Amino acid sequence: MRSVRRLAVAVLSLAWLAAGTPEPARAETALRVVMHSDLKIVDPIWTTAYITRNHGYMIYDTLFATDVKGEIRPQMLEKYDVSGDKLTYTMTLRDGLLWHDGKPVTAEDCVASIKRWAAKDSMGQKLMTFVSELVAVNPKTLRIVLKEPTGLVLGALGKPSSNVPFMMPRRVAETDPGTQISDFTGSGPFVFKKEEWKPGDKAVYVKFAQYKPRGEAPSGLAGGKVVKVDRVEWRAIPDHQTAINALLAGELDYIEAPPHDLLPVLKKDAGIRLEDINPLGNQYTFRFNMLHKPFDNPKVRQAVYYAFNQKDFLEAVIGDPAYYKVCKALFPCGTPLESLKGMDGFLDSNFEKAKALLKEAGYDGTHIVLMHSTDLVVLTNLAPVAKSLMERAGFKVDMQSMDWQTLVARRAKKDPPAAGGWHAFLTSWVAADILNPVMAGFVNAGCDKAMFGWPCDAEIEKLRDQFARETDPKKQKAIAEAVQVRITQYPTHIHLGQWYQPAAVRKNVDGLLAAPVPVFWNIQKGN
Amino acid sequence: MGVVAIFVFSMLRLTAGDPAAIIAGDNATSQQVAEIRVRLGLERPIPQQFIIWLGNVLRGDFGESFFFKKKVAELILERVEPTLALSMSTMLLAVATAVPLGVIAAWKRGTWIDRGVMGISVLGFSVPVFVIGYALIYLFAIELAWLPVQGYQRLREGFGGFLERLVLPSLTLAVIYVALIARITRASVLEVLGADHVRTARAKGLAELPVLLRHVLRNAAVPIVTVIGLGVALLIGGVVVTESVYSIPGLGRLIVDAVLARDYPTVQAVVLLFSVVYVVINLLVDLTYTFLDPRIRY
Repeated sequence: MRSVRRLAVAVLSLAWLAAGTPEPARAETALRVVMHSDLKIVDPIWTTAYITRNHGYMIYDTLFATDVKGEIRPQMLEKYDVSGDKLTYTMTLRDGLLWHDGKPVTAEDCVASIKRWAAKDSMGQKLMTFVSELVAVNPKTLRIVLKEPTGLVLGALGKPSSNVPFMMPRRVAETDPGTQISDFTGSGPFVFKKEEWKPGDKAVYVKFAQYKPRGEAPSGLAGGKVVKVDRVEWRAIPDHQTAINALLAGELDYIEAPPHDLLPVLKKDAGIRLEDINPLGNQYTFRFNMLHKPFDNPKVRQAVYYAFNQKDFLEAVIGDPAYYKVCKALFPCGTPLESLKGMDGFLDSNFEKAKALLKEAGYDGTHIVLMHSTDLVVLTNLAPVAKSLMERAGFKVDMQSMDWQTLVARRAKKDPPAAGGWHAFLTSWVAADILNPVMAGFVNAGCDKAMFGWPCDAEIEKLRDQFARETDPKKQKAIAEAVQVRITQYPTHIHLGQWYQPAAVRKNVDGLLAAPVPVFWNIQKGN
Repeated sequence: MGVVAIFVFSMLRLTAGDPAAIIAGDNATSQQVAEIRVRLGLERPIPQQFIIWLGNVLRGDFGESFFFKKKVAELILERVEPTLALSMSTMLLAVATAVPLGVIAAWKRGTWIDRGVMGISVLGFSVPVFVIGYALIYLFAIELAWLPVQGYQRLREGFGGFLERLVLPSLTLAVIYVALIARITRASVLEVLGADHVRTARAKGLAELPVLLRHVLRNAAVPIVTVIGLGVALLIGGVVVTESVYSIPGLGRLIVDAVLARDYPTVQAVVLLFSVVYVVINLLVDLTYTFLDPRIRY
């Protein structure tokens, strides 16, 4: 077939009456990938978008990193010491760390990077409330002095997902946190080819030959980042069917997030395998707007908690049980804070209990404005299921369909639902973003400081603060369980089960690492 | 152009969606979104935003994309070549196929050839562009493996690859034009075939081919050229779909991405560009009439 194809092209070329020019030389090992989204913004501190976070892991490095077991391990650091009173952290950089321009990485660069990150990231902001001093002691050593002990230092500096504290050269890190950076010098395993970056077409990364990997084997986002391909191209192919056709035809090597309904097509092809690289997966979530009636009343929100069950949502969207898990734990199943405490009776579609709660709460039949996003395959079918279950419990639901970006803009509005606001919507979290009460955005119940939905509960905030101060993992777990119990009484959101997104790769590609973020070191491509 | 500018600007501001919220990402707080709005100048009153934008456009500055941190003009320039190549190859293919088909259908009026051509053109009109695209990909790229599934190669990177990646998209997009132009050509040629000067030419003993080419086709050309010109508007819509199906980084993809991301400066500039192209092509079509039919004067 290939010879016929060449012949056809040759004939057509002649017909075009022009002489062919030689094809450009290409790197031998170029990995051609379709990510879940096109790369549009390239400052991982400026935005929380996952595609930008993934870009960050390509070109930047981190002081600490999360391994496959969820443990925080030194990454750019040779070692770190914690004083006996747990107030002073002294961190020493590894030898041989270089920026992509060849200059050495210094502690001053890291101090500036932490400051810029902490100005934007919510966990970073929380950490900085404990910090009394953050300084470079010498070019290879930085020191963090705390006002009081906290378990947040490693957790924040090693957090795997947005915003990740990536290290940048001081001249870049001193950019105002509200302004996008324009210098993409990192010290990570790949170099970003700015001149080849064409938004809507492709982003290109090449191996950083001078990168010095750690000696340990790679594990999650930690360990040795050994690059085994010369070049990685992120191709922007927005049409799922086209991307899958290209993978089948061998024009691509890897699709990060093929839609679940097309997985059977890929499974049938002998040249392709499906690989779940994110064992923690994702969690579906129903978010309330607690500013307006009737969801300003916790009893009405509890009624929704009783009316829902996870399986209906997961079946409607994912379908194949191999790619979902019913998990009543608020903090994801498979992570250290997983617990079922306080969850008895909830998420079992107990409509009688839900109706009783609505009656007790005096629900007056107000229509619930439920925002329904229609353009993201992994979310589209959630809202109709929510509507159906809520109606069976006695709610009146006005489901309004819109594209995701309209929903994103509308959810930021505090206006009454009848005046362009909203009551509820559904979304999905990457499990790595919701591992504990401080990290999980929807658990924040800090009123105006909370995320859209604006829950306001002093008890949850007190527990979150205790969690931040606690350094003993066992006590941290007890606090997380208390948060979970409190959220059944004062629901800020409802977790609707975990789901998994396998990547599709051609069989000549291997070495994909299990991690909450798709990374490209350790991957090799055969012929 | 002024009307287009006001219309596009107003429609974008009236459309739901907030570029600041999109830029900030899913995990951003309301405060982060608000900060970005200020930086983009979106907190200003809409009339003030319009005056600033119009002033810049009049100075030739279309602004900077909200997302890509690139000048919009630069983004457009990067995308012109694929769209131009796709449009030109589509039109060439369509005209080269449809005009002979239309002439033959008219010449063989009432025969199975005529019915066949008209049947195909009804099909061409009726089947959506993306369905044709997927069907061609399945046949020529997946099953036969003759041509690539997707992508675009710039001309400077090699003519073979350039052509290889242009064949299927051009075929896809040309189908509707072949249908449109063939039908108009048939109708127009049929009308001229019954004219006195054609009967005279045949009476003089001229062979059928010279009659068709010299006396029929030239006199039937005005409606055909008109439909080709008007087809440019249709082409813009077709390019958007075709570039998405074949993942071609042209202006069609750019505007889809920009609309979905509410990237106001980019959408405004591309729509203005498309409207300029549309006006210029219509002007050229009008001027062409004077060459085709000396009776037409402006």
